[in-house]
Amino acid sequence: MLRYIVRRILLTIPVIFGILTLVFFLGHVLPGDACRAILGERATDAVCAAYNHAHGLDQPIPVQFGNYLAALSHGDLGTSTKSSQSVLDLLIQRLPVTIELGLAAMLFAVPLGIVLGVVSAYKRNSIIDVVTMAGANVGVSIPIFVLGLLLAFIFAILLKGTPFALPPSGRLSPGLTIVPLATSWGLTDWTGIPRGIIEFLSNMYTFNALVTGQWAILGDAIRHLILPAVALGTIPLAIIARITRSSLLDVLGLDYVRTARAKGLTERNVVRRHALPNAMLPVTTIIGLQLGSLFGGAVLTEGVFNLSGVGRAIFEAISSRDFPTVQGFVLVIAIIYLTINLVVDVSYAFLDPRVRLT
Amino acid sequence: MTAVVEAELVGGRPSTSKGIWRDTLGNILRQRNAIVGLTILVFLTLTAVFADQIATHDPEKPLFGIVDKVKKSSAPCIHALGCPADQPELLMGTDSNVRDEFSRVVHGARISLVVGFVTVGFAIVIGTLIGLVAGFAGGWVDNILMRLMDVVLVFPALLLAIAIVAALGQSLINAQLAIGIVAIPIYARIMRASVLSVKESDYVTASRALGESATGILFRRVLPNSITPLVVAGTLGIGGAVLDIAALSFLGAGAQPPTPEWGSMIGQESGRIFTAPHLIFFPGFALVLTVFGFNLLGDGLRDALDPRLNR
Repeated sequence: MLRYIVRRILLTIPVIFGILTLVFFLGHVLPGDACRAILGERATDAVCAAYNHAHGLDQPIPVQFGNYLAALSHGDLGTSTKSSQSVLDLLIQRLPVTIELGLAAMLFAVPLGIVLGVVSAYKRNSIIDVVTMAGANVGVSIPIFVLGLLLAFIFAILLKGTPFALPPSGRLSPGLTIVPLATSWGLTDWTGIPRGIIEFLSNMYTFNALVTGQWAILGDAIRHLILPAVALGTIPLAIIARITRSSLLDVLGLDYVRTARAKGLTERNVVRRHALPNAMLPVTTIIGLQLGSLFGGAVLTEGVFNLSGVGRAIFEAISSRDFPTVQGFVLVIAIIYLTINLVVDVSYAFLDPRVRLT
Repeated sequence: MTAVVEAELVGGRPSTSKGIWRDTLGNILRQRNAIVGLTILVFLTLTAVFADQIATHDPEKPLFGIVDKVKKSSAPCIHALGCPADQPELLMGTDSNVRDEFSRVVHGARISLVVGFVTVGFAIVIGTLIGLVAGFAGGWVDNILMRLMDVVLVFPALLLAIAIVAALGQSLINAQLAIGIVAIPIYARIMRASVLSVKESDYVTASRALGESATGILFRRVLPNSITPLVVAGTLGIGGAVLDIAALSFLGAGAQPPTPEWGSMIGQESGRIFTAPHLIFFPGFALVLTVFGFNLLGDGLRDALDPRLNR
């Protein structure tokens, strides 16, 4: 087991290096002028030369790459050329928004998807099954931005004034502000990594409001999260429901399930105790893969619902040719994605001993 | 013609073979999903081919001076459904630049279908070549190529595509290129897997013993045996590509206005969702219908072509 995990971790190292190389060169080798993107089209050559010198952009590309790797090894992700903030600070502001959104989307998609999949398989070819699977087919075909806009239209306009109305943009209603964790816990004098962690947690509004008991804000933050989470979670929901159904149907056809039935177990117990645990294996993989791909959908969701998460940050940084921000953010996302895959693979080995042998 | 074949095959006993192509066609036509998907796609293809005839106006020109009393972002107006006769009849209303929304949605079908096919075609050709070479050569060639594919797969596809478009410049062609590049690993992996499984088979050993060249074996023995998974993945892939390119265009990184591309149309009008929702609804519905069609056909094809599922 340990050997499997170690080997799996070692295999990710060349991939991380590949990511670093790709991200760096994508930003530097291809056309585009960072200086004029920042200082304006009419910046003179002399001004640009000074700017490039100050940011090390006049050095040969391999040297810049070396500098980048060296800084990275000290945990320095660079400084945004647009806002002059450190990329790490930007990440601490932006990443929690996306993580909160992604978790909310999965909180909507995973339990509902599994339940719908199990019910569809259990009552195969019933009306519930047909409707669920047709719904799943439509669910994977709706673009996130169309669904998001439609949800906003339905819940903010059509249902306006009813108890079901939901806010279509932002994270909190105007006028409400959330107290940072550092303030409520009296830790404002903390600095460095611990402070970063506190700021990070603090920016996940629902978590912050929950642990500090700011109930009005918690309710408001949750209300703002619902529409984006549903928009982002619909595709994973549809995929999870389909995989759960087909995987459970496969398992229900196996010999040991027939044995369990022959023993006289109730159908309910056969499904719950014998079939479901094994049917969950492919579902785990799919959940892991969907978690990673949420970052792509987050760009669209954050755009539609006006949330300032990483997706929008990367999009804005790319538009303004803010290389350090793009590199830092994409690197962190790719590493999170890799880690999720690693965790899925390892948990797979725990759940299914056969995997370890190959 | 199709109906005759369908009736004959659906009615026939499954055990009697009428040749591989007719069997396959029969299998496909027996899938309800595939038929619904195919119907949707035939409808869309006809719309795309005859877009110039179906469209009532020029999709890229404002209607000022062409239609009387035309207003911007006006709601659909159909006289037969009770719209006042003094207002111009416009099936889907106008957009905020006073262009005819119906003509734009119709022309969008042409763009989305062409874009989907070209993008996936590009990804399949490159991906297939990479997969063939990797699977057939093995060793370090295989290792380098597949690790490269892993790196591409590690990025959320849409983010990588945005980065590529940002580097190349914002246009529909570059968006297609970006989505195509991001999709290459899928086809490379499928191809490599089937090469590996076919490579050791007896008939390949036999061809080798008969002195057939490596390229001959590759293209005459290995490739034909790997077509099925490619066709299925490709059909599903077109739906995905249409969706992703619409997403890029929605973000402003793909098709540029006034091109009547659905994603770009929605992106341009997304701020008007509360005042003119029809400008989101019509292109949005067209987009869902297209992707839905490809997904259904892809699922149907998979069920029809995968012999393991023929129980």
